Amino acid sequence: MTELTLVQAVNRGLQQAMHDDGDVILLGEDIGLNGGVFRATDGLQKEFGAERVIDTPLSETGIVGTAIGMALYGLKPVPEIQFQDFIYPAFDQIVSELAKFRYRSGGQYPCHVVIRAPYGGGVKGGLYHSQSAEAYFAHTAGLKVVIPSTPADAKGLLLSSIHDEDPVLFFEPKRIYRAVSGEVPEGDYRVPLGEARIAREGSDLSVFAYGAMVHPALQAAESLAESGPSVEVVDLRTLAPLDEKTVLASVEKTGRAVIVHEAPRFCGYGAELGSLFAEKALFSLKAPVVRVTGFDTPFPYALEHLYLPNAPRILHAIRETMAAG
Amino acid sequence: MAEARPAPTETPTAPTDEPPLSDVLSAYRMMVVARVMDERCLTLQRQGRIGFYVPLQGQEAAQVACGWALNDEDWIFPAYREMGIALARGIPLALLMNQFFGNSGDELKGRQMPNHYGFRRFRFVTASSPVGTQISHAVGAAMAARMRKDPIVTVSFFGDGTTSSNDFHAGLNFAGVFQAPTIFFCQNNQWAISLPREKQTRSATLAEKALAYGFPGVVVDGMDFRAVYRAVAEARARAIAGDGPTLIEAQVYRLGPHSTSDDPRRYRSDAELAEWKEKDPVARLKHELRASEALTEENDQAIWEAAKQEVARAVEAAEKLPAVDPLTLFDDVYATRTPALERQREELARELAGAAGTSP
Repeated sequence: MTELTLVQAVNRGLQQAMHDDGDVILLGEDIGLNGGVFRATDGLQKEFGAERVIDTPLSETGIVGTAIGMALYGLKPVPEIQFQDFIYPAFDQIVSELAKFRYRSGGQYPCHVVIRAPYGGGVKGGLYHSQSAEAYFAHTAGLKVVIPSTPADAKGLLLSSIHDEDPVLFFEPKRIYRAVSGEVPEGDYRVPLGEARIAREGSDLSVFAYGAMVHPALQAAESLAESGPSVEVVDLRTLAPLDEKTVLASVEKTGRAVIVHEAPRFCGYGAELGSLFAEKALFSLKAPVVRVTGFDTPFPYALEHLYLPNAPRILHAIRETMAAG
Repeated sequence: MAEARPAPTETPTAPTDEPPLSDVLSAYRMMVVARVMDERCLTLQRQGRIGFYVPLQGQEAAQVACGWALNDEDWIFPAYREMGIALARGIPLALLMNQFFGNSGDELKGRQMPNHYGFRRFRFVTASSPVGTQISHAVGAAMAARMRKDPIVTVSFFGDGTTSSNDFHAGLNFAGVFQAPTIFFCQNNQWAISLPREKQTRSATLAEKALAYGFPGVVVDGMDFRAVYRAVAEARARAIAGDGPTLIEAQVYRLGPHSTSDDPRRYRSDAELAEWKEKDPVARLKHELRASEALTEENDQAIWEAAKQEVARAVEAAEKLPAVDPLTLFDDVYATRTPALERQREELARELAGAAGTSP
């Protein structure tokens, strides 16, 4: 075990994968000599050479398209998109090509690419360095969407993603790249995809969150530790495919659900969870499902602190839900 | 069955400038098969027996010559108008026809519209409909092959319209920067559905765009089998030697519609079509072979007759095959079906069982 920040854990995960498997290749903007703008790939070009840690021209569609070609040939490319906000030029490559290769070829061409991208707000990044675009990708058949919230999960989920057989979008909460640290196991540590984590056990209400939002959810829950209610926090970890079993078991146990994400509310990931509860857990519910989310606006710069869900807002939603029934 | 290519050698040899005459005759036979297939498939679509079709008439020489100049170990990244190159790879007509019918013999399991096929064992990557996306795939695969020290090239196929796409720019730029062993094979067939070549770009040629990316671009008469062969052989030799990519602009003409959903009379003149029909690449190679006495009129008739029979057999066989198994709908989304897909598969199975139960 070593105490690492989340971004260091990402770095160690990449290092481990590259050490264990010569087919693992990194490519992206400023990832080589510069080690990435967040230093996620720091030192890796020096260790593994410029042929395996490739600084690319500034084109996201080129990065992802080239990675797809490498994967078709049998390599395991792990491209970095510098900010998730800049992933849209590669949207066609991801949605039309990466997600569909295995299916459209009748299984002849699996296409295993793991796209890493820092996402989310809280860094004074304004409209174009703050977005949470996970719902677009979770909506697309053929893609897996993974978001860690702790350093150990960052390493363990990343290694599982790299050793998976399907394309994975691995979104890293940049707000807590350095703000969160924790013990991370050494070596080829893997956390299975598709399994949510009970971050805190509780019996009266379940808060569902992922990525950076797990932390204010835990703060809100902890602040009620003495007075009650008893709040469970479920960290989804994998958005697609969703661990319905764990999620439903929690809401069936507590009977109340608060869903937290940074992305706008309308058609956000929380809408899927809400529908799931309506379809499969309606008669367990004691109160309406509440969502605490970003507003249905573009991501603001000066008023970012008002846009992002935080512990007081989550606490308010918990109290409202408890009062409702 | 289309005539097989010569077996690949252990280490690829540098192609000679000219294919041997016997090879040219084999290539001509293949072009005839492509032409007969094309006409038959257009009819099949009009009769409602297949759902859609993208014809390649006018582009046979360019595609077959390109295939002829490549090694069988090279990787093809096609668009959706590439039957000539498919045949040149030795892909059997039955596989193509089963894909057009989307039947149980379709190795793509009925997932795609006709023409969007791919066959891994022929190193022929499955096509998609968005234009240009395959260009950077070919670049990435070429970089991967070089890393593994495989002496092969990759070739991407696309048309004049695609040179306006962002993936054309990204792909060529990456290839130039990384000196990828790849060939960009642009078939300029003069029309991107209704948009003529001169409205696609202000550039005098498409090939000259390569200069901005730092590698050669060549224009070649795509109706001339030997000219295309030479251009591709040269580009391949450069790539294998480590000298980087080449953009080839093969100037051809789309004699037919863009697809069976298109009516070219809306946007181009009969006079223009008639002018290009004079340059028909299949007729042109026939005249050359006749002139060199490699082909007699009788042999030519036999070639066309054999092609028609071969195509007729493929259609007959494809129509006899049963439909795709409905429950394969949920396969290959992921390596293994997710719990949600398992449930949806069960839902459909129940629905189908119910429908079967109520039918007379």
